[in-house]
Amino acid sequence: MTVLQTKQLTKKFGSFTALDGVDIQVNQGEVYGFIGPNGAGKSTTIRILLGMMKATQGEAEIFGKDAWRKAVDIHRDIAYVPGDLNLWPNLTGGEVIDLFGKLRGNMNQEKREKLLRRFDLDPEKKCRTYSKGNRQKVALVSAFATDADLYILDEPTSGLDPLMECIFQESVLEAKQEGKSILLSSHILSEVEQLCDRVGIIRDGKMIETGTLQELRHLTRTSIYLETKQPVPALAEQGGVHNLEIKEDGVSFQIDTEYMDSLFQYVSGFGIVKLESAPPTLEDLFMRHYEGTSEGGPS
Amino acid sequence: MAEKRFNNTLPLLGMICRQERLQLPLWLAGLAGFTLIVAISFTNLYTNERELQEIAQSMINPAVTALVGPGYGIDNYTYGAMMAHQMLGMTALITGIMNILLITRHTRANEEDGRLEMIRSLPTGRLSNIGAAMLTAVIINLLLAVVIGFGLYTLQIESMEWEGSLLYGAALGAIGLFFAAVTGLLAQLSESARGVTGFSIGILLLAYAVRAIGDVSNETLSWLSPFGWVLGTEAYVNNYWWPIAVTLGTAVIVTVFAFYLNAIRDLEAGFVPSKPGRKHASFLLHHPFGLAFRLQRTGIIAWGAAMLMFGAMYGSVLGETESFFEEIDMLQEFIQPEAGYSITEQFLTMLMAVMAMASTIPGVMAMMRLKAEEKKERSENLLSLAVSRNKLMGSYALLALLHGFIMLSLAGLGMGLAGNAVMEESLSVWGFYEAAVVYLPAMWIMIGMALFFIGLSPAFAGVTWAYLLYSFIVVYLGGLFQFPDWVTNLTPFGHIPQLPVEDFKLAAAAGLTGIAIILAAAGFISYNRRDIEG
Ligand SMILES: Nc1ncnc2c1ncn2[C@@H]1O[C@H](COP(=O)(O)OP(=O)(O)OP(=O)(O)O)[C@@H](O)[C@H]1O
Ligand SMILES: [Mg+2]
Repeated sequence: MTVLQTKQLTKKFGSFTALDGVDIQVNQGEVYGFIGPNGAGKSTTIRILLGMMKATQGEAEIFGKDAWRKAVDIHRDIAYVPGDLNLWPNLTGGEVIDLFGKLRGNMNQEKREKLLRRFDLDPEKKCRTYSKGNRQKVALVSAFATDADLYILDEPTSGLDPLMECIFQESVLEAKQEGKSILLSSHILSEVEQLCDRVGIIRDGKMIETGTLQELRHLTRTSIYLETKQPVPALAEQGGVHNLEIKEDGVSFQIDTEYMDSLFQYVSGFGIVKLESAPPTLEDLFMRHYEGTSEGGPS
Repeated sequence: MAEKRFNNTLPLLGMICRQERLQLPLWLAGLAGFTLIVAISFTNLYTNERELQEIAQSMINPAVTALVGPGYGIDNYTYGAMMAHQMLGMTALITGIMNILLITRHTRANEEDGRLEMIRSLPTGRLSNIGAAMLTAVIINLLLAVVIGFGLYTLQIESMEWEGSLLYGAALGAIGLFFAAVTGLLAQLSESARGVTGFSIGILLLAYAVRAIGDVSNETLSWLSPFGWVLGTEAYVNNYWWPIAVTLGTAVIVTVFAFYLNAIRDLEAGFVPSKPGRKHASFLLHHPFGLAFRLQRTGIIAWGAAMLMFGAMYGSVLGETESFFEEIDMLQEFIQPEAGYSITEQFLTMLMAVMAMASTIPGVMAMMRLKAEEKKERSENLLSLAVSRNKLMGSYALLALLHGFIMLSLAGLGMGLAGNAVMEESLSVWGFYEAAVVYLPAMWIMIGMALFFIGLSPAFAGVTWAYLLYSFIVVYLGGLFQFPDWVTNLTPFGHIPQLPVEDFKLAAAAGLTGIAIILAAAGFISYNRRDIEG
């Protein structure tokens, strides 16, 4: 079942096109990773989905309801965590969490206490005195303490320490086990790798790739380290081979996934002694997609 | 309503009330206390019919009319008529400021700081936040109206009967709501909280100025200003209620328009599109002073234009005053005539004091900007570079001094040029200018005080505003009430010689300047010692 969907979503700020025909679909019970370089349009998409901005064109729906017109109804069943949260300086973290819970109307007191302990957050401090990471925890505790159906998280872990990052990931997986859906925008690739079932990549306001991590990996190269009895002639000239380097006892290079088969048939004739293959890292994948971002964006 | 635009407004209202649990009660107590104390002191100052009539005569002239508004019921100048004449306009002005600050805090400031984003992600309607802010304004203005209305009545002062007292309170509540609505509207147009406050106060002062000009020269003009409306209630004299209805009606219309704009716009957007700026920093931005100037450039230009106009306006009133006194030759209590100087010139000194204090506002604001920068963690950015604290604070102090000086000069020149043009026997323009700049030492003390508190602890810097407000009340009302000397002596503005009626006193000027220097030095020293807050 589709929980969240945009169709040909377009947003213009004056003459600048921030979003250009964005299609996203998040299904029930899945964690959808929404990634892309800075200024690609992730936060803009999310703000339209939250009914805070009006799309210039296209549709944005959550639970099958229009994101702009039915914002209030939708918001009863979602929880949002922004990347940078400013709070009321003279209220305590506990007060803010309760306020959010009261407004959403579905806060779970038990979960609240549990999460406060887990995230090690002191709810009695005034927001003015919280550190950046602690401010972020206020939003996270408030979000995961609600029984929402959809969590929209926009760089939710910026400023968290690695221990807290772990606890965040646990909380997301727990929510997923309960059948909740999650839209996660993040620059932390390990987080995306750990959590996301599917990933969408946006650049310059356009979706350039969508799929499971498995599928996306096919689009990229595998790193190979190879030692053979006899040196392999003309290796660099073989199709799909990149970045060839001669090492002490062997060679290392990268190979496009679709040329894997033909290359190994070719090298097997030279007596393979040692073969190490490393799957493409997410970094590789993203680097390839992020590169070529024009500086000023599209227009 | 399908979109549920006002969903969850009440919890947000509760939230605002929680945050305001200290500030608003203080405002309320201040405004109500001030009004009641003045009402009581009137009965002590003027004990019989004859004294009342004397003061009535002294109050009816263009200069006073421009300052406080037209008097009604002059032939039977009761305590009530006196209250409505002398106090209502000014109290309305302060009520307006309270509302402007309140609404900005809970609309655009909230939005600019990103808090509204979180609130809007909850099941709150698009208009719930502004709705809650406006409801707060309704509550506080209603309270103000009731407390002042009942309060004045319970004083049981002769002539301050039931209906007039309630109307007096209602007039304040109505003008408060009017400016709450105007601020709500501007919060939709301007993208920064600073802009909202600035423009709203600008409109407030403009409305007051329109009323002043209208009351002196053309009554129809006064009816364009909300201050004209609330003074037109003629409380305690004729008790007209319809101007209250007009004010409230307009407030409702403006509010509806603000709501409409709020509902159709994007979060954190305004209606003035931002255009791309420069690629490189101009030469100005090569020094912290340049940055301080650049940040406040728009404000300096706007204040400059306003002060020039303000000066010119009062200058032209002087002409009216002169011809007025040529017609009626009567001795005044309001301003004790001094040998050799015309009554008009004595009014001039009073207007000059008011303008000097008005010019002090932008000067102190320029200094206070340092505090705002620190609070938003932007001072850190500079201090982490090769910028010393002295250099940073010095840049803001210099800008504040220059800013104040320029504003005072413009006000003095505006008044001089206009006054010189309309008066028959007038000072030279230079004479006007001197009468203005003689206030510089007092202004320096105010800026020095702001600097002192910013150095000590930004949390207390607001005391400077309270002190300026105190000075304003003392000087403004000093002519009416014979305050004990120490009350006047507590404000630096009370020590400034009133040119041209009095002679320049070097000792006073030097003393005040000395105090300003000491305050500043203490400020610099403690700024170097304390933690930079975030
Ligand atoms: N209110 C606005 N007015 C004009 N341009 C805007 C506005 N908001 C966003 N933009 C532009 O739209 C583009 C997309 O911004 P957005 O905030 O969605 O990026 P993002 O993908 O979230 O980036 P990041 O990873 O840095 O958070 C940027 O080029 C940004 O400058
Ligand atoms: Mg973003």
